[in-house]
Amino acid sequence: MKLFDLRGGVHPEGKKSLSVERHIRPLPLPKKLYVPLQQHIGAPATPVVNVGDKVLKGQLIANAQGAVSSSIHAPTSGTIIALGDHVAPHPSGLPVPTVTLESDGEDKWVALNAVEEPFTLAPEDIAARVAAAGIVGLGGATFPAALKLNLSRNSGVQTLIMNGGECEPYLTCDDRIMRERAAEIVEGIRLIAQAVAAKEILVGIEDNKPEAIAAMRTAAGDGEVKIVVMPSMYPMGSEKQIIQVLTGKEIPAGGRPADIGVLVHNVATAFAVHQAIRFGKPLISRIVTVSGGAIKTPCNVEALVGTPVQELIAFADGYAQPAARLVLGGPMMGQQFTNTDVPMVKGTSGVLALMSAEIGQAEASPCIRCSTCVRACPVGLLPLEMAAHIRVADLTGAVDLGLKDCIACGSCSYVCPAHIPLVHYFNYAKGDLAAQERSKLKQEATKKLADNRTERIARIERERAEAMARRKAAREAKERAAKEAAAKAEAAA
Amino acid sequence: MGCAAGKLPIMNPIAHSPHAHAPISIGKVMATVLLALTPATLFGFWLYGWPAVNLWAVSLIAAIVGEAFVVRLQQRAVRPVIMDGSGILTAWLLALSLPPYAPWWIAVLGSLFAVIIGKQVFGGLGQNVFNPAMAARVMLLISFPLEMTTWVAPSQAPGLLESLRITFFSQPIDGMASASLLGHVKTEFTRGIGLDQALAGYYAPMDMLWGSRAGSLGETAAVLLLIGGLFLIARRIITWHAPFAMLLGVAVPALLFNTIDANHYAGPMVHLLSGGLMLGAFFIVTDPVTSPNTALGQFIFGLGCGLLTWVIRTWGGYPEGVAFAVLLMNAATPIIDQYVKPRIYGRDRKGAALAVKKES
Repeated sequence: MKLFDLRGGVHPEGKKSLSVERHIRPLPLPKKLYVPLQQHIGAPATPVVNVGDKVLKGQLIANAQGAVSSSIHAPTSGTIIALGDHVAPHPSGLPVPTVTLESDGEDKWVALNAVEEPFTLAPEDIAARVAAAGIVGLGGATFPAALKLNLSRNSGVQTLIMNGGECEPYLTCDDRIMRERAAEIVEGIRLIAQAVAAKEILVGIEDNKPEAIAAMRTAAGDGEVKIVVMPSMYPMGSEKQIIQVLTGKEIPAGGRPADIGVLVHNVATAFAVHQAIRFGKPLISRIVTVSGGAIKTPCNVEALVGTPVQELIAFADGYAQPAARLVLGGPMMGQQFTNTDVPMVKGTSGVLALMSAEIGQAEASPCIRCSTCVRACPVGLLPLEMAAHIRVADLTGAVDLGLKDCIACGSCSYVCPAHIPLVHYFNYAKGDLAAQERSKLKQEATKKLADNRTERIARIERERAEAMARRKAAREAKERAAKEAAAKAEAAA
Repeated sequence: MGCAAGKLPIMNPIAHSPHAHAPISIGKVMATVLLALTPATLFGFWLYGWPAVNLWAVSLIAAIVGEAFVVRLQQRAVRPVIMDGSGILTAWLLALSLPPYAPWWIAVLGSLFAVIIGKQVFGGLGQNVFNPAMAARVMLLISFPLEMTTWVAPSQAPGLLESLRITFFSQPIDGMASASLLGHVKTEFTRGIGLDQALAGYYAPMDMLWGSRAGSLGETAAVLLLIGGLFLIARRIITWHAPFAMLLGVAVPALLFNTIDANHYAGPMVHLLSGGLMLGAFFIVTDPVTSPNTALGQFIFGLGCGLLTWVIRTWGGYPEGVAFAVLLMNAATPIIDQYVKPRIYGRDRKGAALAVKKES
């Protein structure tokens, strides 16, 4: 298949050989699981259990709340021992509402609603089951999957793209799941395709995963699912970029893939969909790569959502040497964390313990305008110019240069010889911009309320004046009538 | 909820992604450029002997001391500024553009002007509008035309002692004064002598290629400069756009006018191999600070530098035009950057969002 050109991009050292040959192994059942109520984009789920409740594995413990949200299920059987705050998998380490579950060690499933003939299901039914299973995008964005299916079904899907790019260094979880569970993934893909009536199905896999490509090709056979080999490059697995390389189309600025008839899902999401439809199993576990130079035995594990990250590191035989930095996700877009009590969540693709040589951190020096960042940017931005505007707090100037189009992939920061944290500038500016827009909305709302009040007062006064005028007129008319009557009577008399 | 100290194994400040970096730094970039300049420089040393070495050393020392002094005045840390290597590179490029037997104070004045007026006054590395080495060279050329145009033909190199006298006591060398090719041609034109005669016995392409001719310290060995430039392209320190465009900007009009009137207009090979063109194309117009930041912008910039160089050489008052051309195009860099921008994903060239298109 003909591939289309991509702009920019970088080639970071893959480091995947650390863990790529390690089979997926299940993590031993943790004693306690800390399940955050928000593991997805949108509103946090609302708990439907109370402290002291006994739950079974897969039982619903928190319900999706509002239009954009996702349900949460018990990762194992046991007792709810707390509903409250626990440290979040976020750089701030701030606590978030969390359900704490004490395992009873039995790992006993709730009664599952399996489907014998999944391809007889109606598209709406598939989406409903995906929603009920609490499936979110497992590539990292954690957007509720069912919502995406429904939106796409309504707008029509020409091409379903399955993302097997895994362009982040170190991560091998998608590679492993494609090697070991290809048949399930392909069935999941076909179910997704059925849910949105896709006309074309492309699975994009980077050429640094030959075994995964072979396994997926075998599983796909000569069917409708086409496996496409893409060149290895970062950020090939970014939604905008994988669409561009496979279809040549671009998502219009500010738009969604649905605008150009495309739907993108991660291959691991397809596996979750398969498990949900075929066996009725909700999303309560995922494959995580534990890796990095400071990890003794890098590996790929299947771990329950809510497992403290500490247990994953311990499963990888702990640290070979002190880690300079701990990261959730890949090194290019992942988040640093400092507290190993944080639980892994649905979006956790990797747990990395990096040595300082791997991070390559250095003091930032002045920009020499070398424009390496311009060449690296996959979006076509001028990172150096945007940073110069942000440095002097000129957000408007940065927006004019395309700040809102930045996908925060970090390619510019990665290549900058001056070690300027460019993407940090941009995320800071985006945050500031969002705050400004919020405050503007608030001001507008306040102004509207104030205007309404002024208008209301004016109206009340006007009505009062009118009423007074009416009363006065009525009184005068009465008096006049009385006078006239008197005059008439006088005349008559 | 208190976190016990034992639960926080890492106490580094929170860092933003990416948690990886390409193995590159400003110091490495500068060092690579210096490495690329080394063959041509060593050749210049061999060709012109110790005076050239003296001049080069004086330029570098003056730049380092001068920059350290002004950075100190600004109460900034001196060490990182000196260690980034940019001041050394500037002085090195300036030294390569000086006549090899120029007196020491030319080098000192030029270096100080380059790093202080040319760079630090604008705010230091990355802030200057004009290429510091070229600004210094033009200042010297205008202020000290005699010292800046006294060339020597490479012959038997003077001894160390004699060389010190040349550099530090401005001792004139009898019978060694010569003219660069472009200067010679210009002088002959004023005497009414055509190009065919002017070039006779003066222009030997192989000598030009290998550098056995009168000229600046480092501009004579066209081949070595070309190799250095190609090395930088291979190492992805520079791209081909600006150098190629500059050579094109000189060669195309030269070819055109030479075809029309060979007796008045030198051909492309004469232009390409003479003066500071190779040095300019690969080491000056590729200066990231003072050139545009897109590939197309760099191409336009290089083309402008080449055309202006050819125009100044052909019709201007000075025999050589690279430095003037570069400064003029430096001034045009912001406007090129204003108008030449990459197309943003999902937008058209004007910045409007692409239309929503769907195939049914």
